[in-house]
Amino acid sequence: MNKKKPSFDKTALKRLLAVMGQYKARMILVIICILLSAVATVASSLFIQTLIDDYIAPLLLDAVPDFGGLLKALSVMFGIYLVGMLCAFFYNWNMALIAQGTLKKIRDDMFAHMQKLPIPYFDQHSHGDIMSRYTNDTDTLRQMISQSLPQLLNSVISIVAVFMAMLSISVWLTGLVVICMFFILKTIGNIAGRSGKYFVEQQRALGDVNGYIEEMIHGQKVIKVFCHEDKSEEEFIKKNDHLKKIAATANGYANILMPAMNNLGYILYVVIAVVGGGLAIAGVTNLSLTGVAPLSLGMIAAFLQLSRSFIHPLGQVSQQLSSVIMALAGAGRIFELIDEEIEEDHGYVSLVDAKYKNGKLVEADEHTGIWAWKHPHKDGTLTYKEVNGEVRMFDVDFEYEEGKPVLHNITLYAKPGQKVAFVGATGAGKTTITNLINRFYDIADGKIRYDDININKIRKSDLRRSLGVVLQDVNLFTGTVMENIRYGKLDATDEECIAAAKLANADGFIRMLPKGYDTMIDGEGGGLSQGQRQLISIARAAVADPPVMILDEATSSIDTRTEAIVQRGMDALMQGRTVFVIAHRLSTVKNSDVIMVLDHGKIIERGSHEELIAKKGNYYQLYTGAFELQ
Amino acid sequence: MLKTLAGSIREYKKDSILTPILVSLEVIMEVIIPLLMARLIDYGIDCGDMAYILKIGFILLITAMMSLFFGVAAGKTAARASAGFAGNLREDMYRRVQQFSFSNIDRFSTASIVTRLTTDVTNIQNAYQMIIRMAFRSPAILIFALVCSIRIDAKLSLVFFLAIPILAVGLLIIMTSVHPIFERVFHTYDDLNAVVQENLYGIRVVKSYVREEHEIGKFAKISNKIYKDFTKAEQTLALNMPLMQFCVYGCMIFISWFGARAVVASGGNAAIGLSTGELMSLFTYTMQILMSLMMLSMVFVMITISRTSAERIAEILTEESSLKNGENPITEVKDGSISFENVSFSYSNKKEKECLKNINLKIESGETVGIIGGTGSAKSTLIQLIPRLYDVTEGRLLVGGVDVRKMDLKALREQVAVVLQKNTLFSGTIKENLRWGNEQASDEEMRYACQLAQADEFIQRFPDKYDTYIEQGGSNVSGGQKQRLCIARALLKKPKILILDDSTSAVDTKTDAKIRQGFKEFIPETTKLIIAQRVSSVQDADKIIVMDNGSISGWGSHEELLRSNPIYREVYESQMKGGEDDE
Repeated sequence: MNKKKPSFDKTALKRLLAVMGQYKARMILVIICILLSAVATVASSLFIQTLIDDYIAPLLLDAVPDFGGLLKALSVMFGIYLVGMLCAFFYNWNMALIAQGTLKKIRDDMFAHMQKLPIPYFDQHSHGDIMSRYTNDTDTLRQMISQSLPQLLNSVISIVAVFMAMLSISVWLTGLVVICMFFILKTIGNIAGRSGKYFVEQQRALGDVNGYIEEMIHGQKVIKVFCHEDKSEEEFIKKNDHLKKIAATANGYANILMPAMNNLGYILYVVIAVVGGGLAIAGVTNLSLTGVAPLSLGMIAAFLQLSRSFIHPLGQVSQQLSSVIMALAGAGRIFELIDEEIEEDHGYVSLVDAKYKNGKLVEADEHTGIWAWKHPHKDGTLTYKEVNGEVRMFDVDFEYEEGKPVLHNITLYAKPGQKVAFVGATGAGKTTITNLINRFYDIADGKIRYDDININKIRKSDLRRSLGVVLQDVNLFTGTVMENIRYGKLDATDEECIAAAKLANADGFIRMLPKGYDTMIDGEGGGLSQGQRQLISIARAAVADPPVMILDEATSSIDTRTEAIVQRGMDALMQGRTVFVIAHRLSTVKNSDVIMVLDHGKIIERGSHEELIAKKGNYYQLYTGAFELQ
Repeated sequence: MLKTLAGSIREYKKDSILTPILVSLEVIMEVIIPLLMARLIDYGIDCGDMAYILKIGFILLITAMMSLFFGVAAGKTAARASAGFAGNLREDMYRRVQQFSFSNIDRFSTASIVTRLTTDVTNIQNAYQMIIRMAFRSPAILIFALVCSIRIDAKLSLVFFLAIPILAVGLLIIMTSVHPIFERVFHTYDDLNAVVQENLYGIRVVKSYVREEHEIGKFAKISNKIYKDFTKAEQTLALNMPLMQFCVYGCMIFISWFGARAVVASGGNAAIGLSTGELMSLFTYTMQILMSLMMLSMVFVMITISRTSAERIAEILTEESSLKNGENPITEVKDGSISFENVSFSYSNKKEKECLKNINLKIESGETVGIIGGTGSAKSTLIQLIPRLYDVTEGRLLVGGVDVRKMDLKALREQVAVVLQKNTLFSGTIKENLRWGNEQASDEEMRYACQLAQADEFIQRFPDKYDTYIEQGGSNVSGGQKQRLCIARALLKKPKILILDDSTSAVDTKTDAKIRQGFKEFIPETTKLIIAQRVSSVQDADKIIVMDNGSISGWGSHEELLRSNPIYREVYESQMKGGEDDE
């Protein structure tokens, strides 16, 4: 929770208006309609005075009253009301469109921009924090655009119109109203300020209680095992009671705003009546916009009526203003995300389908199973190079934070078709190396070459398309099993997907699912075991058919018996590809061509399994279980 | 449902009843005020009678003050009642959840329990406050203002009996046509959030497969659906204001016309008929009556929205714990022997979904028993029956020779310590976490337990030692350290039966062996059950259970099983080939 008092965010408002700019014509119409509608409202309260002063009063004096004039006046009012109503409908109707259109644009922009943000952004921001911009912040913004803004505008116009009308009756009395209003607003502001302060405190207390609930409910099974129920209840009640008290105070202040505004308005009414009455009886000359004349009793009556119409929109402004400030704070957070710098990409080497024609590699229009790097040169020529999957690193250094190096001097070669394994404790830098190959992060020093091309020259999207990944935390997407496999290659046919599933050893269990390949799964993969989910993700990588694969702890959370099945799927996938493997269980990396043992960001040992065992060094110790792998 | 929820009002009943009373009093004042204002104009201003102005002005002032007082008081009691009610709801739900058995928790899922305790309660709090204030205020204004206007001029007031039904029916039509759209929108919202969430978790996959555009397209489709539905709903709602204005303006014109005639007819004398001041009051009442109707429609919307929340809360409050102490429970656990007699178990009480089938086992007090088997072989299910975290579906389970269902739950769990597979440390110091095992544990006892669990060494390396603060979920210690702390915490209970459910998977094999050695030497009388993935963790146990698909496939010592059990042999060989250790 933001501790400092929220203030009016002008930049956010400007940005917001810029987004709304796509509806410029509509907005102008809306403003005109609001204006007309407000005028109609003011006219309606002014009419009461006219009715009494201009029609009823003279008619009272007539012996034979003629209501023809009144009828005419009422017809005019009827016309004004009709216009007011139509305008009210028209602006509300359009405002709905503007508000929703603007929100859609903001949401879409935000999501599209989020997709382009670099991985470090996601490391540094909690998911909840990003999520709340799509939910809370957009929601308050919706209320502001479709309700608060038009109402605010409406109220301001009403206030101005009524104020003018008041001036046209009496400057003295208007002055009196202004003075009284000053005190009223001060009182209201005071209450609102206090309420705001307690609301911030309430938010903190609520966060505290919710956090406690979250932690305890997630550990509920442990609580049961330790019979700790009473203890956890005791602590909860303490926090909850505090929240109860704060919430009552905060809401109490908020609740008295309305009656305070209303009744102070009545008091103002009495003050005007007494002062006005006094002035009129004393025969003080009145000053008004229309000129100088004695203050009539009818004027006071009219003025009293106006003062009611004055206080009502004023109360609304004070209420809407706080919700506008809150919404703008949310808008500020949204724009902050949209302003984040996106992933930079200066690559110009691209990945294309290729074929051999007369022994020469040329670009192909269809899938050929052969990929080539299309390399434009400064002199305007183009060269093609077949994608082999050779990766070399030269003296690579890397740090996530300045001054905290994570990798030093990493030099390694992976020849096409080789299997390279990384082992080492958590934090040794295994995953970091693979994250550098697909450029989730950029290296600080050194060079990485892919098929002898500096990876900085390759377009990021093409670089990543050529690298398949299977991660420890399997992320599937809501959709059918088939759709999830097809994620690897969007234009893959059903047959290709099924073939990939067969390759990954996943076909068997998928066919056992209630609806086979059409079984729906959600993001959490509900109903599927960890191993099954991993098999689907392997099939997904298989259908993409990339020359290089990265397997990051792909089997860590699977028990040894299931692992055997998954391992078979992975072995099939690794055939003929360059593979980088990170594994917790050394049994899975034993058959690698090269094993790199990492410690604190350095490669401390390298070689085949047999060589390293013979060496009786760190790998040997790890292998015999003398080290803790976590 | 309402009765269940109302049970949580308790000490806030007074405030809850006081609020509508105070609101009604405030309303009476508010309705009297226009009457006074009419008099002020008619007899004071119009006649230029300063004394009368002062007199009525003074009364008006007093009335406004009283109205202010009632309004403020009602605001306070309403806030107290709703905040208190919400607090009580949270407390009652929390208490209820504490009594839940494992199967109750499974049924709801933790995420859903958390939402019910947080978001749903907030919804109810807002709705409750709205109800005790507005739901009384609006009808009260409606009635009082109507009565007053009838008193002023019954014939003119007839216009309200035309306007009110028009407004009411109009609002009803708008609300009923909008409500289903809003419900649909909220569902679409869930879909939208799901896409964002999936993308946040799977951003690496999205980027690896270069599927940014694909995801943007997916998002845009849902976003467009929200845009369309929401626009439609809000455009329908745009009819609200003109409808309201139609009624207000209609009444105004009607009253202006007939009112003017009435005033003229009566000569403006209130004693004979309608006066100018009274006419103005009628205008004020018009606003009050129609506005209150508008408010009432908002209250209805609020109630329908919060209904779902109320149902979800009531579900928790009425959920009966599936495990209860029997009558006259036995509070003593004789020894650490365990015996399963024809035990079958299923989570859903369905025969065909049985997880454990006809288990027969006898474990002597003080034995060390290893349990091994693949995922889904029901190892964890088996041991969770022992501290009666779940009840057997068929057969009997005896601990210390007594059926666990006849024992006092607390006493049983005091003696059976389980280190769960998905274990949790809580935010607090290491000491505070350890004290979960035994509240009165001395520093020496804690140290001893930690030494046994091989945790003392790394704790001593922390700068704050035993006072090191553990972050929520134990995120600032490594997996292996967390597991050892959890074991130490369980040891502090000094249980007769100790169960480790895959609790050393992240601990290296040497330390793992040391822990088991310590158990053998220092707590020989305790029955120890160890579930493990690694054969090396169980091979020196007195007996080993091999689980396969809910039944016992093998039962015996390491050597016996190697000879007789193919599954055990397969697991052993695959791990030895992987070269687990060279001990």
